[in-house]
Amino acid sequence: MKRSSFHIPLLALFGAALLMTVLSDTLTAAETIKLGVAGAHSGDLASYGLPTVKAAELVVKETNAKGGVLGRQIELFVEDDVCKPEVATNTATKLVSKSVNAVIGHICSGATKAALGIYKDAKIIAVSPSATNPDLTQSGQYPNFYRTIASDDAQARLEVDFAIGKLKVKKIAVLHDKGDYGKGLAEFAKKFVDDSKKATVVLFEGITPGAVDYSAVVQKIKKSGADAVIYGGYHPEASSIVAQMRKKNMKTFFISDDGVKDDTFIKVAQKYAEGVYATGPKDTSKNPLAVAANEAHKKAYTADPGAFFLNGYAATQAILSAIQKAGSTDYAALGKALQTELVDTPLGKIKFDKRGDAIGVGFSMYQVRKGVYVEVK
Amino acid sequence: MDYFLELLMGGLTRGSIYALIALGYTMVYGIIQLINFAHGEIYMIGAFTALIVASVLTMNGMTGISVLILASVVAVLYSAAYGFTVEKIAYKPLRQAPRLSPLISAIGMSIFLQNYVMLAQTSDFLPFPNLIPDLPFMEHYSHIISSAELIIVLTTAVVTIILTLFIKFTKIGKAMRATAQDQEMAMLAGVNVNRVISNTFIIGSVLAAIGGVLIASHIGRINFYIGFIAGIKAFTAAVLGGIGSIPGAVLGGMVLGWTESFATGYVSSDYEDVFAFCLLVLILIFRPAGLLGRSTAQKV
Repeated sequence: MKRSSFHIPLLALFGAALLMTVLSDTLTAAETIKLGVAGAHSGDLASYGLPTVKAAELVVKETNAKGGVLGRQIELFVEDDVCKPEVATNTATKLVSKSVNAVIGHICSGATKAALGIYKDAKIIAVSPSATNPDLTQSGQYPNFYRTIASDDAQARLEVDFAIGKLKVKKIAVLHDKGDYGKGLAEFAKKFVDDSKKATVVLFEGITPGAVDYSAVVQKIKKSGADAVIYGGYHPEASSIVAQMRKKNMKTFFISDDGVKDDTFIKVAQKYAEGVYATGPKDTSKNPLAVAANEAHKKAYTADPGAFFLNGYAATQAILSAIQKAGSTDYAALGKALQTELVDTPLGKIKFDKRGDAIGVGFSMYQVRKGVYVEVK
Repeated sequence: MDYFLELLMGGLTRGSIYALIALGYTMVYGIIQLINFAHGEIYMIGAFTALIVASVLTMNGMTGISVLILASVVAVLYSAAYGFTVEKIAYKPLRQAPRLSPLISAIGMSIFLQNYVMLAQTSDFLPFPNLIPDLPFMEHYSHIISSAELIIVLTTAVVTIILTLFIKFTKIGKAMRATAQDQEMAMLAGVNVNRVISNTFIIGSVLAAIGGVLIASHIGRINFYIGFIAGIKAFTAAVLGGIGSIPGAVLGGMVLGWTESFATGYVSSDYEDVFAFCLLVLILIFRPAGLLGRSTAQKV
């Protein structure tokens, strides 16, 4: 998520009010562990940020009831960045000035990027539940950054590994719909195939979304001799391309992304959808911890949790567990604990790799079998 | 060589699709110099009607070619009624108004019909059953051209021939040509201009509905928006061939279809539309009235 523009006066007012309440709080509890929660809590993207606040509140309430971490109670500092980079720097500065020990957030990739430099200088770790921009971890600029969501390129990685490793294809055609999402994915897929040296990209092209038919592109795929097509984009075009490929008796594998992993795709492509592969978020809804977290949310707020709730839940748990395991809130020790100690969360047992991406969180490969998407193990 | 042939046939199919819709544009323009932007929506309504009829018939156990024929007949009648009504509501009251007014009215009609179908039906894509039967003798050539594609190409050819003969040799055709040349003079000579215009809209809508059934059956999915995109391309084809000319619409459709197909096949599909519109600009520079259009001096 990326957003920009601003509401500074409003935010300043809001921040000042918050500061006052927070100040009075800190006076009463001196030896607490301070967790910042930053993200979009107002404005039109508030629905992405508020569930994480609720998740953090629930985890903290539960932990405090059990006696806290390292014998200390946990205190939350909730700050709004309205999903805007220029506001996020203020938010971050404010949290730093309150000497928080770690931050849950931010929510939007752009805002997260703007805030991370400030946390880095202050040696504060930030764990985002939702910022998916690949650069945040891959650029290596932010060693203090972790996230409990897979980055955009994870799907492309999974698609390529699946095609080369499981399907053993040698020639891959990479297509996309020229949009930000589809093209971004396709470019990653191409890069991963090239880097692997085990297969070659025989065709890399953008198609025109909404065109009357795709027979020329399909002929081109056929001519390229590709064993598999990796498509970055959404289901309307995917269903057309697959249908035309199958009508031309092409058995080429078709692998796509979560824009295609949608039941509408199966409904529209019907019999031609059979055998199509698509990546989608790992299904964790049956995880007992996820069930418990959702239940707790329903009990506390009498509503179903919103977007990224489980990711926010996992982020809070990860950071608290890391503090527990590290035995302190020291920056280096915390980082080490996050990377080495497994923690049981609604998303499964997770820890983080050196770059800060959660291992074990992410996407699974699905295949259409008898008219439904089935996870491919 | 096979690859070239495949692209040629792919382009031919695509061109036929454009041509079938372009015929309606070009006829209306020929008679009342109006670009009927709602024409694409009539095509979409034809496809939706056929989908509903076909679903009902299939549910009642009917199969095969009879479903295609019945669905097409209902779609044709229904679309013709729409075309007729649209003309009466949106264009006839503006017959004497400046030329821009009916154009705006047409755009409004297009938006209205799109949203009407979206609200009355759905905004999702719907699967369209494959109504065109697979011809057994085509099996061997299916990698070059499928039965559905062949039927689209043949239908376009037949429809064009019938239409040309109709306009040349029937009484209504004669009246249409007279109205196209000079409305007032035709009226003075006893031609019922209003009826001629209504007929034109009905014929255009019939063609659009036939196109809607065949094309949706070939592509396999429809939503309320298909008319807009197909309409824009068909309009381009009509202008390319010379708007107002019936063979021009077909030629324009073919040229556009082939350009897109070969550009995709030999260059890159990223620039499919770029090539198509570059060609349009080039042709209009050298032949401002289009490939087969006659440039007539504006009557002042």
